[in-house]
Parts: sequence; structure tokens; C-alpha cells
Amino acid sequence: MPKITINKNTLMKLVGKKFTDKELEEKIPMLGVDMEYIEGNDLIVEIFPNRPDLLSDQGFARAFKSFIGKKTGLIKYKIKDSKEKVIVDSKLSNIRPYTACAIIKTIKFNDENITEIMQLQEKLHITFCRNRKKASIGIYPLDKIKFPIYYKALEPEKIKFQPLDEKKELTAIEILNKTPKGKFYKHLLEDFKLYPCFVDSNNNFMSLIPVINSELTGKVTEKTKNVFIEVSGIDLNTINQCLNIIVTTLVDMGGEIYSLQIQYKNQKIKTPNLSPSELKIDLNYINKILGLKINENDTEKYLAKMGLGYKNKKALIPGYRTDIMHQIDIAEEIAIAYGYNNFEHSIPNIATAAEEDKIEKFKSLIKQILIGLNFTEINTFHLSNKKSQCNKMNHDFDLIELENALTEDYNALRAWLIPSLIETLHRNKHNEYPQNIFTMGYSFSKDNKFETNIKEELKLAVCLASADVDYTKIRQVLNSLFLSLNLTPIYKESNCPSFIAGRIAEVLIKGKSIATLGEISPLVLTQWNLETPVAAFELNLSVLFEILH
Amino acid sequence: MEKELISKLHSFERKVLPVLQELKELKAIAQKTGLQEIEVMRAFQWLQNKDILKIKKDIKEIVNLDINGQSYIKKGLPERRFLNAFKTKETLKAEEIKKLSDLSTEELNASIGILKRKNAIDIKPGLIISLTSKGKDLINKETEEEKLLKKLPLNLEKFSKEEKLILEGLKRRKGLINITLEKTFTVELTELGKTLSKEKILKETFVNNLTPEMLRTGSWVGAKFRHYDVEINVPLIYPGKLHPLTQAINYIKKIWLELGFKEMTGPLVDTSFWNFDALFTPQDHPAREMQDTLFIKDPKNGKLPNQKILNQVKLQHEKGWKYKWNPETAKRLVLRTHTTPLSARTLSNLKQLPAKYFSIGRVFRNETLDWSHLAEFTQTEGIVIDENANFKHLIGYLKEFFLKMGYKKVRFSPGFFPYTEPSLEVFVFDETKNKWLELGGAGILRPEVVKSLLGKEIPVLAWGLGIERIVKDYYKINDIRELYLADLKHIRESKIWMK
Repeated sequence: MPKITINKNTLMKLVGKKFTDKELEEKIPMLGVDMEYIEGNDLIVEIFPNRPDLLSDQGFARAFKSFIGKKTGLIKYKIKDSKEKVIVDSKLSNIRPYTACAIIKTIKFNDENITEIMQLQEKLHITFCRNRKKASIGIYPLDKIKFPIYYKALEPEKIKFQPLDEKKELTAIEILNKTPKGKFYKHLLEDFKLYPCFVDSNNNFMSLIPVINSELTGKVTEKTKNVFIEVSGIDLNTINQCLNIIVTTLVDMGGEIYSLQIQYKNQKIKTPNLSPSELKIDLNYINKILGLKINENDTEKYLAKMGLGYKNKKALIPGYRTDIMHQIDIAEEIAIAYGYNNFEHSIPNIATAAEEDKIEKFKSLIKQILIGLNFTEINTFHLSNKKSQCNKMNHDFDLIELENALTEDYNALRAWLIPSLIETLHRNKHNEYPQNIFTMGYSFSKDNKFETNIKEELKLAVCLASADVDYTKIRQVLNSLFLSLNLTPIYKESNCPSFIAGRIAEVLIKGKSIATLGEISPLVLTQWNLETPVAAFELNLSVLFEILH
Repeated sequence: MEKELISKLHSFERKVLPVLQELKELKAIAQKTGLQEIEVMRAFQWLQNKDILKIKKDIKEIVNLDINGQSYIKKGLPERRFLNAFKTKETLKAEEIKKLSDLSTEELNASIGILKRKNAIDIKPGLIISLTSKGKDLINKETEEEKLLKKLPLNLEKFSKEEKLILEGLKRRKGLINITLEKTFTVELTELGKTLSKEKILKETFVNNLTPEMLRTGSWVGAKFRHYDVEINVPLIYPGKLHPLTQAINYIKKIWLELGFKEMTGPLVDTSFWNFDALFTPQDHPAREMQDTLFIKDPKNGKLPNQKILNQVKLQHEKGWKYKWNPETAKRLVLRTHTTPLSARTLSNLKQLPAKYFSIGRVFRNETLDWSHLAEFTQTEGIVIDENANFKHLIGYLKEFFLKMGYKKVRFSPGFFPYTEPSLEVFVFDETKNKWLELGGAGILRPEVVKSLLGKEIPVLAWGLGIERIVKDYYKINDIRELYLADLKHIRESKIWMK
């Protein structure tokens, strides 16, 4: 979720009210924004992905102002018609078919709000536009371009302009291969034969979509007063909402909105469209799900607090809100306006029979026996690595590796549990012996009989570590466990390179192999830097459980 | 009083006390009494506790030859061997000296440095070395360093000022000398001790342990049992113990069972379908990206559930999020990032209503471990499926749970999860730290989720709460890794979970 910095002074100026830090810290979370911390004039907050309209000082202030009751209700936006056109090439239909555009005039750009609008653009790109995959935003100074404007699909060699912050003209191919932004977004274009771009009536390239603007026609400075904005992408809904978020932010900075006509092959659409969308509300449903008894007046009041309108049993949703798709979303708006902490709480009388999972119950029983035998339980990770699981154990497994682990220590799933305990012993050399420990958890192996193609088996590993441990001592532990379970196992000589040859047994019950036990090989102990003998067993509780039930 | 004191003496004390009239030093006493040094030491301590004697600890710093020092004593110091190379020749190249004197590169460089400082050699370009007159003198003269090394081992106190200066130089050289601490213990009897040590009663035999033999033969009749100091501390023994986290999990499990919940379990590796898609998380959602979720490399994919559920999920995604849903993406295997896939699976199999389920299990995140982050941790999940369930009940269950966990103050704020609406975040007030802690998320499952899994729209309350933070605070552990990378001593000595 994106963290943003809100300018506290700007916020208070926009809201028209002063707040102490404490008040802000208390009120902001109740609006549905994670309050991180306040440092001087900086308010660090985390915006949830469902509210991209809060990603700017202006958008945030608008919601806050309404929420605290300073100016509630649906905001009506005045849109003048610019009578200008943007003509969309039909060859874009399989590339990035849609664009939504607007003109904003008489805005006073200064350092602060240029930074602000660039930050909003960047945060929208990352979150709502899914790293520009779904949509991308371009802003151009109006006096540098000539209408009508063309949104085109052209062969990459034919697109040639001087990109922002570059010294000379480059072709689209050079942009993708040589510039930092180009390299970053190359994957979004390289599968296409034609690349999307904006060209004006002076035949100047304005931008390569969704990568970069032109230095000549696409650079907003402090001298800029009027801008042309385009949001282009693959989903009509996304680009319209995205444009609305930017446009309303610019209005809150003092701008005036002018619409344009977007001319597709078969249709003409006027953008931006800031008229609220309507959603029918069934008040019974809302009351039932929230456990409230609110009437229409209350509904209107609560929705107003959230910046929404209410008319004829319908909620009116402002064009910059992107997250309301179902009545339940309206229920949440009402709940937030009502105040989460104002809800009475109650536990309903729903009669259901409690039941512990059978294997979990079995786990507890086995643990109880081991505690009786004076063992200490160790909590271990399922994540491990080849070195611990195989190399240092003098063993080999076909481990299930992870695609993208951040650290080498935890880049595979464990195939067995004894290494987890040996590692524990290794870390506890400074502690008193004997160290009698056990751990319970899952081991993983490839097996396409399962839904996930991975078999997960519950295992118990037990280790005895002290100067005088041997095969007899570890077998006594396993014996007493079986005695308690009323089972008679068969012990067969076995081999496993992690154990001392001739001192390792396979344990069978009803013909099924369920455990390995023995003395750990000195080679393994040395590799783990251990100077105390260890005897261990690993028992398959999944199989044991099956046998018992 | 003295008699009573004597009756309490351990056999070690009884053996040590009489010889203190003539001996004072630990080693000598051990030899004389036949006890081990550690036994004599224990007797000393016990006797000191009884005001019978005073222990004096004397620490000496002994300068010894270290590994290289021992070998140089036989072979000669590197600089000596260096000088010896000049017995036959006036000038030599460094390489030749190295060969003639059998020096390592390191030793050669060290020798050049040392002799240069002593003005004993002259170096010309190309590392051609000749001896100065001072150097020539040194060939047949012992250096101060050599003299000093021959005296070792030696008590540091016995070094002259000049020798200490030379010693500083030797200390800097690798493996030449080391200094060990030698502790000697002597004792001084107190007035009480002087009287007691003469007591004949010390020679009387006291029974230390009652044996089966004594019981069988009846020899215990009339025997004098040594009195113990029952107030003194005894060595610790450790009980077998469940890990603190397990104790907490067991307690939490009991809470859910008491509230009538049924337990769910399921795989740790799951398909993206159950971890994300079934929970209305769009396929291009940032949470599904590499930085949050751990993906399995091989096998890459798992199997999808029946077509009916698939179609429903596809429909909801395409309608709600407006993109083309791809079943291949849903097959991708992940380590579950929350326990909610268990709830999704449970809903898809639900036969009877109303129903309440819980789970407590491991979840995984792609994190680098540090004091406050784990890649693998524990979550407790709950769902309530009932026609009449509502938001107030959700808050009610959460308050009840945290009250049972010992948190009196619970607060909620709006949150966001793709699969719940309304969504909330739960905070509890930690009274010891005087601050609010975020402990999890909750909400009512979105109709899109419930409809795909259950076939109809019914309110489903759901929550997922972290456990480690509560356990960490309860045990006053600063580093969360300690819950998994255990120090045995901490587990052995930890209090049991009592809430």
C-alpha cells in the first residue's frame, strides 16, 4: 500500500480549520487511512488501494473536510466545452485502445503543486494503473500543442522525438533500449508491431505511451497555466476514473475544467465525465448487514459525510471514487460515517458444536507424552535451504525450492525435520546439556497425487544430545511413545548417510515405514560444529495417525 | 552452637577444616585431603558462608610462549634466521634470504620491518639488502627480545620497566606470546574457624545419606545425620516444556472452542486460486507480486477445483474488476500468505448453516528476517456464517476474543482487504507500553466471494489475527526471531502461559 506525505499546512488551509497533531492522529484512521506518524509539517499516511482519490493533498483534504462535517455532500463540478477533439486510431484496438482527456485552465503552477501533481501521477501509475499496465497519465502545456490531437499506433522506427530530460531526438526503439524509463516499461510494448503515441496537428510527437513525454511539447513548468491531460490504457473505466482523480485535484488547486471530444472509429465520447454514478440502495439490506436501524434521513446524512449524494433511494457516487461497485460498499461508507467505534457490540446466539481438528488433537497428545519424558519443545521454520537440509546432513533430497526468496537461508521447503533440531543444537552449544528437544511440523515432497502436486506430511523429530547418548537411549524414547499408543513396532537395520552405519533403524508398523532412528554421524556433527553426540528419530505422524484411525 | 554448626558440615568441609591449621592454599589442600580442587573450592565457599574462613583470590598474569613463540624458541626468531643468512654473504636479495632462512613471506616482511627499525639493515632498490655495522654486531649477539622469550613463562609483575616495553612489541607479533590469568586461592581462618578446626568432633562420623543398606540392617538406629543448610539455594532442574508459542496457541484454541467454533486445517502450500482468486483479489493486484508472496519454483502449478466454482470466480472477477481472468495464473503455487484460503475452502464445502470455524496456522511472507519481521509466522482465523450475522457481531466476537486474551480496550478503524466489506483493523491497548497495537484485520466477506464459493449471498464474518506480537509482549521478548530461533535457556526458564 502506498505511503504518502501530506503537507499539514496545505491540508489545514484546504479544510479551513486548524488541528492539533493529536486530533489528526485520532481522526485520520477513522476515515479509513492508516496514520503512520507526524513529523513537523509532514503527515505520513498509508492509503489503502481502494482509495486512489486520497493520494494527493487535495483529494485527501476533500475527503477529510467532508468527514469532519466542514463541507459535506456531493461536489458539483463545472465543465466547459473546449470544442477540441482527440482522434483515436482504430489500429490501437489491440494495443491500448482507449484514452480519456481533459483541458485544465488558469491554474497557477508553482514548485509545490508541480511536485504534488507529479507525485500523484507517480502513485497512481504504481497502484491504480498497475505500473502503467492498465493505464498511463500524460500532462502537457496547452500552449505548446495544436488541436486536433491524434492518438495513434505507429511503427516504432517512425516515432522520433526528444524525450523529457534527453539531449537529442531518439526513435521509439532507442527510447526503449537507451533511456531509463524506456528500459523500465519496455516489456509493456515489445510484443507489439505498432507503438501507441500522441501527435499534435503541428505533426509534433507529444509522447510515447505509456513511457515518456516529449521535451518540446510535454514539459510542465512554473510558467505553465493551461494543461492538456490524457489518460490512456486498456480499460475504459480505469482511465475515466483516473482522469477524474487528476482533474478534481487540479480543480482543488484552482483550475477550471474543459471537456474534449474523443473520436473513435465508431463512437464519440466526451471526457471528462464527472457526473455521479448512481447505485440503488436497499436500506433493509444495509441495516441488516450493519445491525443498525437508520432511516433515509440518516442515510443521506451519513453519505454526505463521505462526500456522496442520496436521492430517490439511490446513492450518488462522485466520479473520482473508484471503489464502489456493490451495495455492500455503500454499507461500508455508512459504517465509516457512523463511526466504527460507535457500534454496540454483541455476540449472537448462534448454536454450533465446537470441534477440535482430529490431527491437531493427536498432535497435542503426542506432545503431552514427550513433555512427560522431560523434553523441551522447539518451534522451527518450514523454510530452510539446501545446505542445512542436505549438504551439512551428508544427505540428498530433491528439495522444493522457492522462486523468489529474499534470503538464501530460507529459499526451500524442508524435506525433513531433524536438520531443524540439529540447527537448534548448533545454536545452543553454550547451554547446559543434556539437551533433549523435539519439534513438530510439516515436511514437503513432490507428489502429483495431490491438488498442489506437493505432499505435506506431519512429522515429529526428537533429538537427545549429551555425552552419553546412544541408540538404546533414543530407542527407549520411541518405545515409550509406542507403548502409550499401544503399538508394537518392528525395528529393522537400515542405512542413511546422516547416521552412523550399523546404528540406524527403520521402524515399521503394520508393514508401513513410519520412522527412522539412530545415532547421528560424527561427520554431520562436525559439519554442524557440534562437540556433543546426538541420537535422533523422525516419526511420520500423518501415517501414524492413519494407522491409528 | 558450635556443635550444631559442626553437625551441618558437609563431608568436604569436614575434611578441609582440620588441615587449615597448617595449609592455606587450595592446591596443597586438595593434595593433602585427596579431594578434587573443585570440591575443596565448594568447601571453601560453604565455610565462608558460615563465617568460618575468608577466601582470598589472587590473580596473576602469566606471560607464556604462544604457538609461534614455542616454535621460534627451537628454530630461532625470523629476524635471527634472517641475520644468519648474512653469515656467508655481504648482500642478498630478499628472495634469497627467504629461501636461505626458510621464511614465509609474512615472516620475511616482519623481519625486514623489525631490522629496519633497529637500523640493522640497508635496503637498496630491487630489494637488495645488506647489513649495517649494527646489523653485523647483532649476528653474534642475543637481542633483547630473545633474552626475554627465554625467561618465559613468567609472572608479569616480575618484569622490569624495560622488559615491559619489549613485551609490548612482542605482543603485537602474531602468535608469539600470550598472557593467561592464573588464579590462586588461599584462605584465612576466622576466630570461629580457629576454634572449630581444633574440635575433635570433626573426626566423628556423620551420616551423609540414608542408604537402603542402613534401612535393611537397621544401622541407622543411633546414627547422627549431618544437618543440611536447608535455606541455601539448590541447582536448577528444568521441567519438560511446551514452547511458549504452542502454549499461547493452545490457549487461543480453547477460546474458539469455548465459543463453539470448529477447527479448520489445510495445506501450507496452496494454489493462487485459493489464496487469492477465490478471495476476489484481482490477478494484477499488487499483493500478488513477488515482493509480498513466496512462489514455488518447481512444481510451479497446482490443480484447479471444479468448473462450477471456476466459472463463478471468473464471472465475479471479470464483472467486478473488468479484466480477463486467466485460469493459468490461478494455478500458480504459493506459500499461503494468510489462513483465509482455509476459510475459502471451508465455504466451498459447507453443508450446514449456521456455522462457525476457526484455524490457527502458519502463514508466509517474502520478508527478510529482522527483530520485528518473520518470513513465517502464525495467524488465527475465524469465520461465522449465518443469515443474521452483522457488523455488530463481528465487533462483538473480536472484543470477546481480545478480552479473553487480556486486552480490556479494543479499538477498530476502517481497513481494506479485497475480499471483505466493510473491512476493519483491530487495535488493542497495551497497558504496559501505553500504546495501541495493531493486531489484525477483519470484515464481512464480500458478496462476490460468498456467492462464488457458497452459491448464495449470506453474511460471513471473517477475521485474521496475528499471534506472535501478543506472545512477544507477554514474554517481554524484544526480538521476534527468538520465538523460532530459540535459545534453550529462555524456553527452559520461561514462565508458563497464564492469562
